[in-house]
Amino acid sequence: MSFAKLTVSTLAVAAMATTVSAQSRDNVQIAGSSTVLPYATIVAEAFGENFDFPTPVVESGGSSTGLRRFCEGVGENTIDIANSSRSIRPNEIETCAANGVTDIIEVRFGYDGIVFASDINGPSFEFTPSDWYLALAANLPVDGEMVTNPNTNWAEVNGDLPDQPIAAFIPGTRHGTREVFEDNVILQGCEDTGSLAAMMEMGMDEDAAEDACLELRADGRSVDIDGDYTETLARISADTNGIGVFGLAFYENNTDTLQVATMGGIEPTVDTIATGEYPVSRPLFFYIKAAHIGVIPGLQEYASFFVSDDIAGPFGPLAAYGLVSDPELAEVQATVANGTPMSN
Amino acid sequence: MTDMPISTAPKRSLFAADARTVRRNRAERRFRAYGMAAVGVGILALIVLLVSILGNGLSSFRQTYVSFPIELTAERVDPDGNRDPGEMARVTTFGYLPLLAAAFEAHLDAEGIETDMGVRELAAMLSEEAPAQIRGMVLANPDLVGQTIDAQILMGGRIDGFFKGRVTMESAERDSNVTPAQLELAQILADRGAVETRFNWDFITAPDASGSRPEAAGLGVAIIGSFYMMLVVLVLALPIGVAASIYLEEFAPKNRLTDLIEVNISNLAAVPSIVFGILGLAVFINFMEFNQSSPLVGGLVLTLMTLPTIIIATRASLRAVPPSIRQAALGLGASKTQSIFHHVLPLAAPGILTGTIIGLAQALGETAPLLLIGMVAFVREYPDLMSVHSNSFPLMGDGATALPVQVYSWTQRSDPAFVERASGAIIVLLVFLLCMNLIAILLRRRFERRW
Repeated sequence: MSFAKLTVSTLAVAAMATTVSAQSRDNVQIAGSSTVLPYATIVAEAFGENFDFPTPVVESGGSSTGLRRFCEGVGENTIDIANSSRSIRPNEIETCAANGVTDIIEVRFGYDGIVFASDINGPSFEFTPSDWYLALAANLPVDGEMVTNPNTNWAEVNGDLPDQPIAAFIPGTRHGTREVFEDNVILQGCEDTGSLAAMMEMGMDEDAAEDACLELRADGRSVDIDGDYTETLARISADTNGIGVFGLAFYENNTDTLQVATMGGIEPTVDTIATGEYPVSRPLFFYIKAAHIGVIPGLQEYASFFVSDDIAGPFGPLAAYGLVSDPELAEVQATVANGTPMSN
Repeated sequence: MTDMPISTAPKRSLFAADARTVRRNRAERRFRAYGMAAVGVGILALIVLLVSILGNGLSSFRQTYVSFPIELTAERVDPDGNRDPGEMARVTTFGYLPLLAAAFEAHLDAEGIETDMGVRELAAMLSEEAPAQIRGMVLANPDLVGQTIDAQILMGGRIDGFFKGRVTMESAERDSNVTPAQLELAQILADRGAVETRFNWDFITAPDASGSRPEAAGLGVAIIGSFYMMLVVLVLALPIGVAASIYLEEFAPKNRLTDLIEVNISNLAAVPSIVFGILGLAVFINFMEFNQSSPLVGGLVLTLMTLPTIIIATRASLRAVPPSIRQAALGLGASKTQSIFHHVLPLAAPGILTGTIIGLAQALGETAPLLLIGMVAFVREYPDLMSVHSNSFPLMGDGATALPVQVYSWTQRSDPAFVERASGAIIVLLVFLLCMNLIAILLRRRFERRW
């Protein structure tokens, strides 16, 4: 049978090929945050166009997934760069070290604003972190007791807000964005409203009180979105009362269907985020495996190209796409050029 | 009893149905109505699906281009003046952008079109792919330096959307990426014939593009990746599946062990496909160290997923061959193997092929297992059949994506123009599936035998 011959020859080729496997991989492999993905693809594309190296392969999957794969070990079958929308955690550094990934170069290439946006035809919103805490917390402290959050309408939360039922679409726990949302909005609101202090007076220690602050309602008024911003956008088009959490870049690409809310009276723009006036932003990172530099061709060049003024500077294509460029870019460039690993 | 008549005349006419018959007929009519309603719901769902996909996606096969003369000044594209492509490659796409913008502005001046937009705003009307396009042309043919070429340049995604009706003056007012003035200028250029919306082969042949240039994104890498994977599935799943089914159906003793195997095969056919992805990651990538994102691993995973389907279909078609064929062959002195390979298998072939093609079609549309083996990725290099970038096994070792995966990653991009691209990719996928099913039907028609 010809099929049988084919199978046998395929197996033979397979056996032969696995014995001659000395050749090194010559393209850069990247995985990680879906927030960083568009920036990484823009850089990878321009890198492939302008250099003699092949275009790097960029995978999505989330910051945690990317860093987990990054820490799987050193070698050509592991990724070279992990994109992350949060800084690497101590336990991840430990995992890395246990698997032999000891020298990690941390590159912070810019900032991403997190914006709150609603349907363009609805009323406009001016939020404070307190509004979001009061709208989304599962339980609120009232007169020394925790009671289930009674608010169902933004007007109940704050008389100045429009009369619109609460329907929030927030990033799921898988996203790096969730952490920023919790720290800079919910926890901040918990402190601002005095709830944190009230809870600690009720006898909770600080950790328990913070956990209580971050416990969000599960009655369907706050929906975790585990997918991407396009899913949040689809939910808002379906439910025009919805208010979603987006990255600035995503919002800037969809200004014809979304309107953005101010936070603490500040409108999110590249400028207000760069100066730190707008409170909800987070740095974006990528992590380079130092052991792969010099082994994988183009890795060093890709990293240097990424943080160059042409690309990551305030007038580069990343800024045009919505990245808030890093004011300390020169230092970052030096880190990349010298290959300075993180001190831990 | 004697005066009882043997047959009584019917109390009613045979032409008038009695109550029970009426009830039965009514039940039958009701059932037919249910059936038709069920078919109607199905057809309606199909129509809604097709209308939405075709409505969104057909426009992705057309693309808007603008043509104007571009002077490739030597001091800009070849500052060293040696016409050496190696040296000229040092001028990056960022160096070509001002050249292009200046040429566009000069063209507007020459045409007598007045605009109060700055160079930056004018350049934003062109695709970000355009500088790369011109740079590629110059590097491929250094003789162009110093000449003025008439090139067709991709227009930006928003301008393209304007000619396709996706972007309007009203939406441009609110849109931060395009201004009504740019749309007006594009309309003026179109009225003069400089702007053309034509069939876009690049959508099928070009590789993916980044989120900032939806107008340049294409399916080339995804189609090649899908093709390689189908090849792997066909080469592995068909012989393995057919061999397994022939043995199980014709040779294996009927005992508890074979019963157990049979139950397991049926179960495997219903296992969620992502499970095969997890398996593939563990076995093919972590243990056997094949390349991540490679069509080889994708094909192997899909082979595992398709095998049960093929085995079940093959066994069914082997069973459908009447025993008299086998008995006749054996009676004339053929060995068991001869009777199977000379008589049973050829008769079962159309069924086997149909089952295989349906299994392939299923594998072609599969996304979930590919998520875990790194095929949901941004890949711009066309994958070679024998990889030169590979670190382990060169056959199909380059990174690639696949058609359904490309749909998935495009739906996640922020630019609304990718909605059109994703729907266009679905159309391409549907055309592929339609072709495969057509082949299955043709094969059945051509070779099927009825007893």
